[in-house]
Amino acid sequence: MLWISTGVFVVVVAMLVRAVLRGRRTNDDLDKRTIGWGEPFIAIAGVLVPVLILGGVYLFSLGQMNALSTVGAEAKMKIDVIGHDWWWEVRYPNGAITANEIHIPVGEVVRLNLTTADVIHSFWVPELQVKQDQIPGHDNSLWISADEPGRYRGQCAEFCGLQHANMVVTVVAEDRDAYDTWVAAEARPASTVASDGADIFMSSSCAGCHAIRGTEATGQLGPDLTHVASRTTIAGVLDNTPTNLARFVADPQTVKPGVTMPPTELSPEEVDAVVQYLESLR
Amino acid sequence: MATIAQRLDAIWGEKPGLLSFIGTVDHKRIGMRYFYTGMLFFVFGGIEALIMRTQLAEARLHLVDPETYNQLFSMHGITMMFLFAMPVLSGFGNYFVPLMIGARDMAFPRLNAFGYWVFLAGGLFMYSAFLVGHAPDDGWFNYLPLGDSTFSPGLNIDYYALGLIFLGISTTGGAINFIVTIFKGRAPGMTLNRIPIFVWGELAMAFQIVFALPMLTLACVMLVLQRKFGFHFFDAAAGGDPLLWQHLFWIFGHPEVYIVVLPAFGIASAIIPTHSRRPMIGYTFIVLAELGTALIGFGVWVHHMFATGLPQMTMAFISAASFMVAIPSGVQVFAWLATMVAGKIRLNTPMLYIIGFITTFVIGGVTGVMFSSIPFDQQTHDSMFVVAHLHYVLFGGAVFPMLAAIHHWGPKMTGRMLSERLGKISFWLVFVGFNLNMFPLHILGILGQPRRTYTYERGLGWDIHNLISTVGAFMLGVGVLVVIWNWYRSKSRGAEAGPDPWGGETLEWATSSPPPHYNFVTVPTVRSKEPVWDQPDLRDGQAPEDGGYALDSGHTTLSTSLLDAQPQAVVHMPHETPWPFYLTVCLSVLFFGLLVDAYAVAAAAAIASAASIMGWFWPRGETQET
Repeated sequence: MLWISTGVFVVVVAMLVRAVLRGRRTNDDLDKRTIGWGEPFIAIAGVLVPVLILGGVYLFSLGQMNALSTVGAEAKMKIDVIGHDWWWEVRYPNGAITANEIHIPVGEVVRLNLTTADVIHSFWVPELQVKQDQIPGHDNSLWISADEPGRYRGQCAEFCGLQHANMVVTVVAEDRDAYDTWVAAEARPASTVASDGADIFMSSSCAGCHAIRGTEATGQLGPDLTHVASRTTIAGVLDNTPTNLARFVADPQTVKPGVTMPPTELSPEEVDAVVQYLESLR
Repeated sequence: MATIAQRLDAIWGEKPGLLSFIGTVDHKRIGMRYFYTGMLFFVFGGIEALIMRTQLAEARLHLVDPETYNQLFSMHGITMMFLFAMPVLSGFGNYFVPLMIGARDMAFPRLNAFGYWVFLAGGLFMYSAFLVGHAPDDGWFNYLPLGDSTFSPGLNIDYYALGLIFLGISTTGGAINFIVTIFKGRAPGMTLNRIPIFVWGELAMAFQIVFALPMLTLACVMLVLQRKFGFHFFDAAAGGDPLLWQHLFWIFGHPEVYIVVLPAFGIASAIIPTHSRRPMIGYTFIVLAELGTALIGFGVWVHHMFATGLPQMTMAFISAASFMVAIPSGVQVFAWLATMVAGKIRLNTPMLYIIGFITTFVIGGVTGVMFSSIPFDQQTHDSMFVVAHLHYVLFGGAVFPMLAAIHHWGPKMTGRMLSERLGKISFWLVFVGFNLNMFPLHILGILGQPRRTYTYERGLGWDIHNLISTVGAFMLGVGVLVVIWNWYRSKSRGAEAGPDPWGGETLEWATSSPPPHYNFVTVPTVRSKEPVWDQPDLRDGQAPEDGGYALDSGHTTLSTSLLDAQPQAVVHMPHETPWPFYLTVCLSVLFFGLLVDAYAVAAAAAIASAASIMGWFWPRGETQET
């Protein structure tokens, strides 16, 4: 398509250049003669040639669309991806739940069931697949497949409000063994170790919105934190380091202004304790 | 002739003063007002764009917060579409359609005045949202459920929905007026196949408005009902469907693109023959292409929804229509090129802008064809690539012709020539600035930057393209300022234009610059497609014995038959009247009342509106409109 477009553009510019040069040479008199080649030229260049080119491109693109949809049929693995303001919830058939990070085995076709918990979002990882909207009342799906192991960045493509710009998802493609290990670990409940941080988490507003499987924290509004320390990002856009985590817990509004999570009421010492606890959730 | 002119002066002249200011029905004064008001909103929309581009110049800049950014991009879209492009093109249409068809005025002068006042009031209504900090913030497309009261509880979206309903009144009235004027008001002898192409463009636009705009109005009424009165049209949880909004919006929204570009193409078709010094090649092709675009344009809306999960069969049909709609545009491009190559073009400012228009529009056109391909669309949809494409189409396809028209028709409107030197400087600033501004966005879209994002992360490789784009945007802004300065300067220091500075072919060049209130001393009988080139007697008013109609015994214009423009009736035209203005004031109160839930005020304003309509149509004897 790029070459056809370039070709069309070159023809147009060539004619413009010719018109400009011709205009320079001659006088300003009116010329009312009819030009024999005029209308046939328009019919050929403006109708016939475009019909042939566009018809060809149309059939080719229908073929591509068809090919894209048939690959999805062979998907054996299904993952639920649910859009939220402004993060992605990811659920695996074995019970593993994570956020903003989707692990897939390299070379396998994976089907994503795309839904939303609130407004319309659109799942788009440009290097892996086209985008697909997540619309209330509609069950959409998309298949993805990565040929090379690696991290693939994606981002919400449908405007969804204040933090649309920071609604980022990462697809991690790894070999089958690494994937199996990861998904099994993510499905397990949190290893409960009593700590000050755990007590603060459970007794403060944290537990009202976040779930940590295996504990009394069962909130559903925010991301599941059962294995939060195993993820590579916080809120999709920060590297998962203790410093960044402390920053986000203390005041998420500075990282993602408008995000549902309010600034904390905890003291700096309590924040440190909570961060220490979260860092233990691997 | 002088005596006819004197008599017409006495009949058509508008007295100075307040009544004439608010009551004028002269299509030229109204056209100028559309033009000036629209250009003011163009500046506002441009400032919004520059703030956004500054914010995006680098990763993680914090010039504005996300809420402000969302209001800016929403208002930029709303402004450029509804408050700049449509009104300015309506302004040119208002000014030049009656002149080009040899009429004394539009068919419904008071409706015309009303249209302007409602546009002004609607624009002020929209912009008053900034004063309370609640401008629309969910985009000009305002998808549900984001725009529902659950997720957007403020006044923002109420401004959007009510403002668009309000503005729709103006646009619809204007469109009907264009249709009737063009069908019934043409000079004798201006058969269908002699109508200037610009007039065809305005006609195509008017028909599209009449059929497309009700969809938007309907959608906005449903939105108001849902937000304020608990209806569930778009609420999936209650059995509604958010996709219904998208369908209604884009059944309007895609024709809207053609509503903006078809009259702009008409401008190109008006300028090219004059400055190529030859009649347009392929007149019939162009007219059929304009009408074909207007028709096919109604069948392509779903290509805005290729990523929503619609059935493949639906998408395949829409994809085919989207490929097809490229063909009439291509026909017009090649007709213009053929005319320019066969003629001898003058490389002056209007033509430079036309050359800029053709090159940029062709780039926007070929990327538009790419979107017709479903897989390509699904990849680039809602990315910066679309932003680039739509600006190549709308800025390239509509603003470049408008800038050409400012330099080409400006002398007719003000009587003074614009400076060629400033014109050329402005062209190069606008042309280079625009391409620097928009071309890198193609690359950003392919790299994965979504549109409508107030910031982006560092280290994604997006910074340099964004920076170039921002630099280009400011260059473009300077170019626009030079155009404005050139216009302003020409009014005092420009050379006298005289009636026909370019040697034009259509009737607007057969009268003085600016034209008198009554446009032509005699309404001429037209005998060709390029009357001013073929009928030298038109220049000083065609004498009655040669077919000119003086119509100097009353405030009248000529009504002719639809196909072959045979004279049918002499129509009495209305004088200045304040009622359209009063009605607009009442409607403004009505809409503000609805906005703030003051239903008693709204009801009172509705009654006052009805009274204004009665005042408007109160019988006043023969001198008023029949």
